[in-house]
Amino acid sequence: MAESLKCQVCNKAATVHLTQIVNNKIHKVDLCEECAHSKGVTDPDGLSLADLLTQTTIAAGDGEAGIECDVCGFSAADFRRSGRLGCPACYSKFESQIRPMLKNMHRGQRHEGKVPERSLSRTGARHRLGDLERCLRDAIIDERYEDAAGLRDEIRTLANNIDGGGRG
Amino acid sequence: MSIAAIVNAKAELTHGRRPKAPVVLSTRIRLARNLEAYPFPGWAKESQRREILSTCMEALESVEPLQQGSVFQLEKLNKLEKQILTERHLISRELLDAKDGAGVVISGNQGCSVMINEEDHLRIQMMANGMKFRQLWKGIDAIDTILEAHLDFSFSSEMGYLTACPTNVGTGLRASAMMHLPGMVLANQMEKVVRAVNQLGIAVRGLFGEGSDAGGSIFQISNQQTLGESEKSIIGRLTNVLNSLIEQESNAREKMLESEPLKLCDKIGRAYGILKQSYMLTSSEAMNLLSLLRLAVDLKVSPGRWRSVIDRLFIESQPGHIQYAAKEKIDAGQRDVLRARLLRKEFSSLPPLNFDKVNGSY
Repeated sequence: MAESLKCQVCNKAATVHLTQIVNNKIHKVDLCEECAHSKGVTDPDGLSLADLLTQTTIAAGDGEAGIECDVCGFSAADFRRSGRLGCPACYSKFESQIRPMLKNMHRGQRHEGKVPERSLSRTGARHRLGDLERCLRDAIIDERYEDAAGLRDEIRTLANNIDGGGRG
Repeated sequence: MSIAAIVNAKAELTHGRRPKAPVVLSTRIRLARNLEAYPFPGWAKESQRREILSTCMEALESVEPLQQGSVFQLEKLNKLEKQILTERHLISRELLDAKDGAGVVISGNQGCSVMINEEDHLRIQMMANGMKFRQLWKGIDAIDTILEAHLDFSFSSEMGYLTACPTNVGTGLRASAMMHLPGMVLANQMEKVVRAVNQLGIAVRGLFGEGSDAGGSIFQISNQQTLGESEKSIIGRLTNVLNSLIEQESNAREKMLESEPLKLCDKIGRAYGILKQSYMLTSSEAMNLLSLLRLAVDLKVSPGRWRSVIDRLFIESQPGHIQYAAKEKIDAGQRDVLRARLLRKEFSSLPPLNFDKVNGSY
C-alpha cells in the first residue's frame, strides 16, 4: 500500500485530497477531515483555495516558526496560525516563506499596477532626511564643521519640502 | 448621520436612476491600502488602531464624494444597525468581527464606502448598478490618489501595495459583479461553471461574499489574483469572463424556453402568485421568488420598469431591514409575516404576466 498522506495543517492522517488547477499549475492539498471542514473545503461556496494554500505553504516551512519581525514582533508561527502578516515590514522578514506562496496565488510575482508617486516621493525624502541627519552627527563628532554646515542647510530645505503633508 | 438616513436614502443599489440590466445586478471595485507606520489591524494594539482610525478619518475629509456622507464607528452601532449596513453591502461581514477602532465612511448615494481597520487599514469600495467597471475604476483611482496625498501607504516596488493577507498584495484590487444566473441554476450548470472560472483565477461566491450561499441565484464573481497584472488588465480579464457568463446564461434561458417552456412558465407564474398573495415568507423563499420574477422581466413576461423594484426588494426583504422597519423587537416568524405584507404591497400593482412572447401556443 502507498504511504498514507499526512494533513498539511496538523499532520494527522489525511483523508481529503484536493487538486485544483490555477494558471495551468496543479496544486495538491492533503487534509484530515477536521481541517478540511474548518478550512471550508466541504462548503464549495466558502472555499478559498488561496487561503488554504497560504496556510499549507506556511506549514511546510516548519523549522522557521521561531523567526520574528524586528519591527512588530510578529512570528512565523503567528503567520502560520492566521494566514495574515503583522505589519508591512513582515514582507521582507518572511520573504522566503511568502515568495513561493505568491507564485502559487498570483499571475506574476512583480507588481505591475498603480504606483503611489506622491506617497513614495515623501517617504523617499524622509529616508534621505534620516541619512543626512546621521551624516550631520558624524560630521560634528569628527569636527568637520564645514561639511556639517552644508548638511544642515540641505536638511533644512528637504524638511521644508516634506512638511507639505503626509501622515501615518 | 443615522442609520435611518441610510435606510431612507435614495441609494445607488436600491434607487439607481439608470435602467437596470438583465443578468448583471451590480458591480463593485475595492482597493486595500495600509499605512506604512502601523501594524495591520489584526496585529495592531487598540491604541494604534484608534490612531489609524483618526488619521484615516481626517484624510477622508478631503474626499469630496464622502463629505456629504455618513461616518460610523462600529463599536457605537448595535447589532441590527450593523446588519443593515451589511445587507446594503456597505460593510463586509469581516468588519462585524473587527476589533475596537473600526469605522466606515459612506458617501451620500451609498455608491462609495471606506472601511477602516477591517483586515487592512483601509478598504475603499465603489459600487454601481449594472456593468460599470470603467466608471468605477476611474472614481476609485481618483479617491485613492487624493488619499495618497495625505497618507503614506505601505508600498514596495517589487510587491506593490502591502496588505495583511498575501492574497491581496500588489494592486490590492478586487473587482466583482453580482450576477443573476437563474437559467444556469435551473439547468444545473453552476457547478461546472464554478470549476471552469476557478481555473482562470476567478472566484464565485454567494450574495454576501465568502461563505455565504447563493440565494436567489445571485452570485458574486470576482478576481482572485492581485499581483503581476495591472488594474486594467485584472478588470479586463474579469470582464471577459463575465461577458462569457452573460452569454452562457442567455443560452441556458433560451434552451429552457425551447425544451421546457411549460416548466418555466409554471415556476414564474407560481412566483408571481405567491409574491402577490402570501402571508408568510422566509427571506430565502422571498429571494428565490424575486429571482424568478426578475427572470420574468428579462423574458418580457413582466414590464421592464419592475426590475429596479425587484432589485431594491432583494435588499429590503433581508431580515435586518424587515426588523428595522418593524420598529419593535420581533421574532423570525413575525418577520416572515411582515416580509409577505411588504411584498404584497409592493406587487399589488404588478400587472398580470403576459406569456404571449414566450409561450403563445399553450
